[in-house]
Amino acid sequence: MTTRTPVAKTYKLFIGGAFPRSESGRTHPVSDRKGRLVAHVAWASRKDLRDAVRAARGAHGAWAARTPYNRAQIVYRVAEVLEGRRAQFEDELGVGGMTPRAARADVDAAVDTAVYWAGFADKHEQLVGGVNPVAGPFLNVSQVIPLGVCGLACPDDGGVAGLVGLIGPALAAGNTAVAIAGGPSALVTSTLGEVLATSDIPGGVVNLLTGDHAALMGWLVDHADVDMVDLSGVAPEARGELVARTAENLTRSACTEGREDLATIQAFCDVRTVWHPARI
Amino acid sequence: MTTTPARDVAARLGETFADYVPSLEGRDIVAIRPSYGLMIGGRERPAESGATITTIDPSTGAALSEVAEAGPADVDAAVDAARGAFERRWRDAAPRERSKLVFRLARLLQDRAREFAVLETLDGGKPIRESRDVDVPLAAAHFFYHAGWADKLQYAMPGMRARPLGVVGQIIPWNFPLMMAAWKLAPALACGNTVVLKPAETTPLTALLLAELVDEAGFPPGVVNVVTGAGATGSALVDHRGVDKIAFTGSTGVGKGILRALAGRDVRLTLELGGKGAHIVFDDAALDQAVEGIVDGIFFNQGHVCCAGSRLLVQESVADDLLGRLRRRMELLRVGDPLDKNTDVGAINSHAQLVRIREYVEGAVAEGCAVHQPQREIPSQGFYYPPTMVTDIGGSERIAREEVFGPVLTVQTFRTEAEAVARANSTRYGLSAGIWTEKGSRILWLANNLRAGVVWANTFNQFDPSSPFGGIRESGFGREGGRQGLEAYLELTPVRP
Repeated sequence: MTTRTPVAKTYKLFIGGAFPRSESGRTHPVSDRKGRLVAHVAWASRKDLRDAVRAARGAHGAWAARTPYNRAQIVYRVAEVLEGRRAQFEDELGVGGMTPRAARADVDAAVDTAVYWAGFADKHEQLVGGVNPVAGPFLNVSQVIPLGVCGLACPDDGGVAGLVGLIGPALAAGNTAVAIAGGPSALVTSTLGEVLATSDIPGGVVNLLTGDHAALMGWLVDHADVDMVDLSGVAPEARGELVARTAENLTRSACTEGREDLATIQAFCDVRTVWHPARI
Repeated sequence: MTTTPARDVAARLGETFADYVPSLEGRDIVAIRPSYGLMIGGRERPAESGATITTIDPSTGAALSEVAEAGPADVDAAVDAARGAFERRWRDAAPRERSKLVFRLARLLQDRAREFAVLETLDGGKPIRESRDVDVPLAAAHFFYHAGWADKLQYAMPGMRARPLGVVGQIIPWNFPLMMAAWKLAPALACGNTVVLKPAETTPLTALLLAELVDEAGFPPGVVNVVTGAGATGSALVDHRGVDKIAFTGSTGVGKGILRALAGRDVRLTLELGGKGAHIVFDDAALDQAVEGIVDGIFFNQGHVCCAGSRLLVQESVADDLLGRLRRRMELLRVGDPLDKNTDVGAINSHAQLVRIREYVEGAVAEGCAVHQPQREIPSQGFYYPPTMVTDIGGSERIAREEVFGPVLTVQTFRTEAEAVARANSTRYGLSAGIWTEKGSRILWLANNLRAGVVWANTFNQFDPSSPFGGIRESGFGREGGRQGLEAYLELTPVRP
């Protein structure tokens, strides 16, 4: 035998900085455009989702306590590492059905999106918060604070840019995330974990689940320890029911769709106002 | 946390500390060339006149290198290069691409932080501990912060369309050569301007090295030009009809001259000038921490700091206690080789500045003030001046009114908040002030009544790219840093709905 047998990758979940298979043992077959099997991707269960939320909650305090400058540099590092691994992502996007040109544009967009949100980490507080001119001898300051754990339904057909477009603002604002995508994005969702794991992002700050929005998002919305869900990747007709379910815990919901603007990062923030007397 | 040693052990500690083993930072990480040219349009070239100036190591007085001295023809070429780069490349560059170039510059500076720190210390005399832990990291942070603004300028001033000004002439001082270059370049570039930067004649080397990094990062040629030289070079830049804005950091006297020169011309101006910062300590303050703050406020960077807390105002009831602690703390300050990681107070930047500081202190003695200096030896080679405390001050003495720009602290006392504010405000300057008290409402009341652009409470000399810095009154106008600092480099026009 003279031809070398390539070593195929096992596409797994990314939870708490580790790469487990689904505890359920379930996988989802992914084939290329010619119908040849590429991989069985781990398919997340409700228990995997709960593990991911627990990891995100555990990582949140330390991540939010970092300086915005430090968070900015770490998110920028994601862009650096992603740029260096673009070939692998372009290949996997091709398997998902993208043309080489579209795949290249998608990785370009993902890298630039990470840079954009890195640059927002130490800006939005000055744009959204500030000193309030109350009619009395007080210093009255509104600070911008993160929401906590964000559940992100990333679009199944959004490529890497679709993932980074939701993860970026969540992280820049000081949240931790559980991001979910499947379909044509399944391979790159799993591979993005390898980028995040080598980008100085602390374990648990981002958790990536490959799976079905239809199954997973309901459980995510019902989870009492999830503070916000972004439903961008959920089919529009399915969003109403999920929003209704957020009423149980008053979980915030948004649909930012990866837009790069101030409103997007505001969807990942809350405001805390502090009063202090200023008279002797 | 540092605590002030008790009285009886201070003298012994002073001797012990004098005996420490030097820990020298290696200087071989940086290769200083025998000569440097001007950086104009992405190319290095000598001055047209061939003139050069020698930059020296103030810790020894030895020559480090020769740099070109730019004349009017060179300034003209630099402004031309900046104009061409602005109109052909930079003004219309996609904000996102501008952003990524400035990010890249921040990363390159971080990569070579140690090299910059050593060079800054060699050329300027500041302790390596400061250039390593303050100047270089803050410079990189300024680029990193402003990089993020480049594609978010529509949010900086709501309702206004933000456009770059054009060619900006930037004249920076010798006390924080690299950091001032970063404070000036970062917002200018992020906002889409091109720059002609004029570093101080005694400290040109880190700005020239930074220009190399600008090139490595991939900025179009001519976006950043560096013209080295002294006052005449700066004047040529101010007088040039091709600049749209001048940003100056330096003395109040020179700043006023620039304002006069620009009067009647359509040139924007920001000035960051001198100061005579009040450092106010109340009787309820954490005194040991206050002592550390006072020491940092006046002896950081040999007192070559425009926002230095050079006037200590202490509440009468704790004056003896505080001054006793301060004297003991001053005994422990190590004055010496700036490359020694143990050094607290490095070399005075130039011989001329050393002479000025001596004259001020001699003048204070002649006016009847008492002078206290630690009894430690200072190096005999190079330019050094010991940490100095001046008491028995009335308030009208030159040393109490004028900026010394050296390691010299004046001390006065007060009884009430109102008196503290009155004394603090009895100056034409208005850059910084410090307040030490455990009572929050007192901090805020004072801050509301102090005439200063920056007020530090229970801390001093804090800087951050996201925090606007700058003065009021004769300390200048315009802010550097934060959202507010962007305005200095933008032309804002209302967006019509």
